[in-house]
Amino acid sequence: MNPEKVVFAFTIILALTVNFGFFVGDMHLASDHHVYVLYLAIFVNAVATILKFGDRSQIGSVLLAASLVAELHLVAAAVVWGVANHVTEVGLTPTVLASIVSLSGGALVANLVSVTLLVIETVTLRR
Amino acid sequence: MSTVIFLVLRRLRTPLLLISFVYTIATFGLTVIPGVDDQGNAWQMDFFHAFYFVTFMGTTIGFGELPYPFTDGQRLWALISIYITVATWIYTIGAILHLIRDETLRRAITEYQFRNAVTRLREPFYLICGYGDTGSKLVDSLARRQILATVIEIKQERIASLILGDQPLFIPRLCADAGDPENLILGGIQHPMCAGIVALTDQDSINLHIAITAKVLNPDVKVICRADSHEIKANMKSFGTDYVVDPFDTFAESLSTALHSPNQYLLREWLRGESGEPLTELTPVASGKWVLCGYGRFGLPIYDQLIEAGIEVQVIEPYPEARNAPEGTVTGWGTEAVTLEEANIRDAVGIVAGTNDDSNNLSIIVTAMELNPELFTVVRHSEHYNRVLFENSHADIIMAPGAVVAKKIRTLLTNPLVDHFLSLTRAHDDDWAAGVIDTLRRVSRNRIPELWEVSVTEDHADAVYNAVTGGQQITISQLIIDHTDRERSISAVALVHENESGSFSMPIGDSVLNAGDRLLFAGTRGSRSNMEWTLQNHVALEYVTTGEVQPQSYIGKWLFSN
Repeated sequence: MNPEKVVFAFTIILALTVNFGFFVGDMHLASDHHVYVLYLAIFVNAVATILKFGDRSQIGSVLLAASLVAELHLVAAAVVWGVANHVTEVGLTPTVLASIVSLSGGALVANLVSVTLLVIETVTLRR
Repeated sequence: MSTVIFLVLRRLRTPLLLISFVYTIATFGLTVIPGVDDQGNAWQMDFFHAFYFVTFMGTTIGFGELPYPFTDGQRLWALISIYITVATWIYTIGAILHLIRDETLRRAITEYQFRNAVTRLREPFYLICGYGDTGSKLVDSLARRQILATVIEIKQERIASLILGDQPLFIPRLCADAGDPENLILGGIQHPMCAGIVALTDQDSINLHIAITAKVLNPDVKVICRADSHEIKANMKSFGTDYVVDPFDTFAESLSTALHSPNQYLLREWLRGESGEPLTELTPVASGKWVLCGYGRFGLPIYDQLIEAGIEVQVIEPYPEARNAPEGTVTGWGTEAVTLEEANIRDAVGIVAGTNDDSNNLSIIVTAMELNPELFTVVRHSEHYNRVLFENSHADIIMAPGAVVAKKIRTLLTNPLVDHFLSLTRAHDDDWAAGVIDTLRRVSRNRIPELWEVSVTEDHADAVYNAVTGGQQITISQLIIDHTDRERSISAVALVHENESGSFSMPIGDSVLNAGDRLLFAGTRGSRSNMEWTLQNHVALEYVTTGEVQPQSYIGKWLFSN
């Protein structure tokens, strides 16, 4: 067992699960989507992205790309949240919340791709 | 480039991870610690403000307690966070600085820049392996002729001398082992514009390796190698190396030429020299016995050549048995008068100081000249830093292996017709060569002549090409007419005329040119540029052939036709 691989797989799967935790629920109901979960999702995704830096293999590059996409979606969601609350001061209206949740949904798909690739890589590795 | 990026990302993984952790914890802490707003109500910082605060705190910019003054709980958290974030930043910056100084990264960057510079080359270039004495001379003279080169050299200080040297062209260079095929590929051996590869490293075995690598990786490329030993030379020839230059054999041959046909020797020296420099002269050598000091790699071919030319040779050698010296060899270095006396130096006409030690060689000729001031002296010069000593030694011929090789290769690369001409001259006797020398002296105004090749093709001599394909008769003597004044001729002479039926040395002026012919001219630099006009400009060509200048513009043509 390689401890580095454990950390790697852990982070990627955690990024997906936390992301899912934020996404799931009624799209227009603020109580279903907690800001801390989004915060945690952004952090775990950042860690997952950094862990993928410097891998020269083909699958490594695709993993990095998927993580970057997820990170981009989540940061965009956070920016929408911040702008709605502090800059335009419209607050968390159902429309705003819907955009935030759909953005995190996009990130969820990217994270799914990440995990799928991880599984494929593990399966092809017959050791 | 990808190597560089991956290296940077991989090295920065830990610092970046650390920063993410620290920022996340610090921001999270600020959002959960209770605070009060300006009206005294309980208030909790949101993520937006918390991240804003942590961002300027971590980089020690410090705008203050925003948006409301902090409670003590928040201050305690900020206090802890400051130390952690600042320490993390210091570590990160340290890691970045370390990365910039990192040897692997710098190597990756220089390799990347070299590869890029080579890939961008759009003109024919030569890959020079080894920037020692010979290599630097060769690169210099190529650059002076605006011919591109790339250099691979294993010693950093030689690369530094290339960087500091004032070259008119940018020479891509890499400090690496030329014996490694990867480096040769980096240097452009498979580049479509690679005209040739020249192996000039200090070691014969590496030169051999470069030659075989070149033949395998790019069979079309011209390969020129230096080889000091006969076995390596034979080996290189066996797989089709285009030119193998052996400094010792080359020199022995030219020394023997100097003795039996001095004019042929001078002709060679001049045509291989650097144009514009003063002409080298040769004091005539009386026939008689020669003394040869040192029967090693240098002495052996000289001995063979002299014996072949029917000259009596007395050898002085410290280890006659080990080196298989001929019978009657005097044992010793030749540096002492006793040894030289034993070799009958007073009856000799010439001496060759050919040991592998510069000081010994100088000592030999100085001692010998004291015993017999009439001697013709030939001295071997190995280390280039002794140059000034040898220049002042008044020896008749100084032989530096590096210079011999550089000269020969330069001629091969820049003016292949010169080599062809020299091989044609072998068929003639020395009096014929004396005639050529007089002509050269006249056209080049007592300097080493400028040599240039003219091919009657559309690219190189547009006007002449169009004229001869249009049925006009152009002769060599017409090219020598001054295009500014028809009554005068430029100081140039044709040395070779190569056409379908063969090649001719010193062609007569009435020789008619055809498309595809090649010519070699010698003269001054000025006459070369003068001739370029006649070759390229049809008005100039028309003037030199007919003496008339036809109007070129539409209005001019119309006026003159009426």
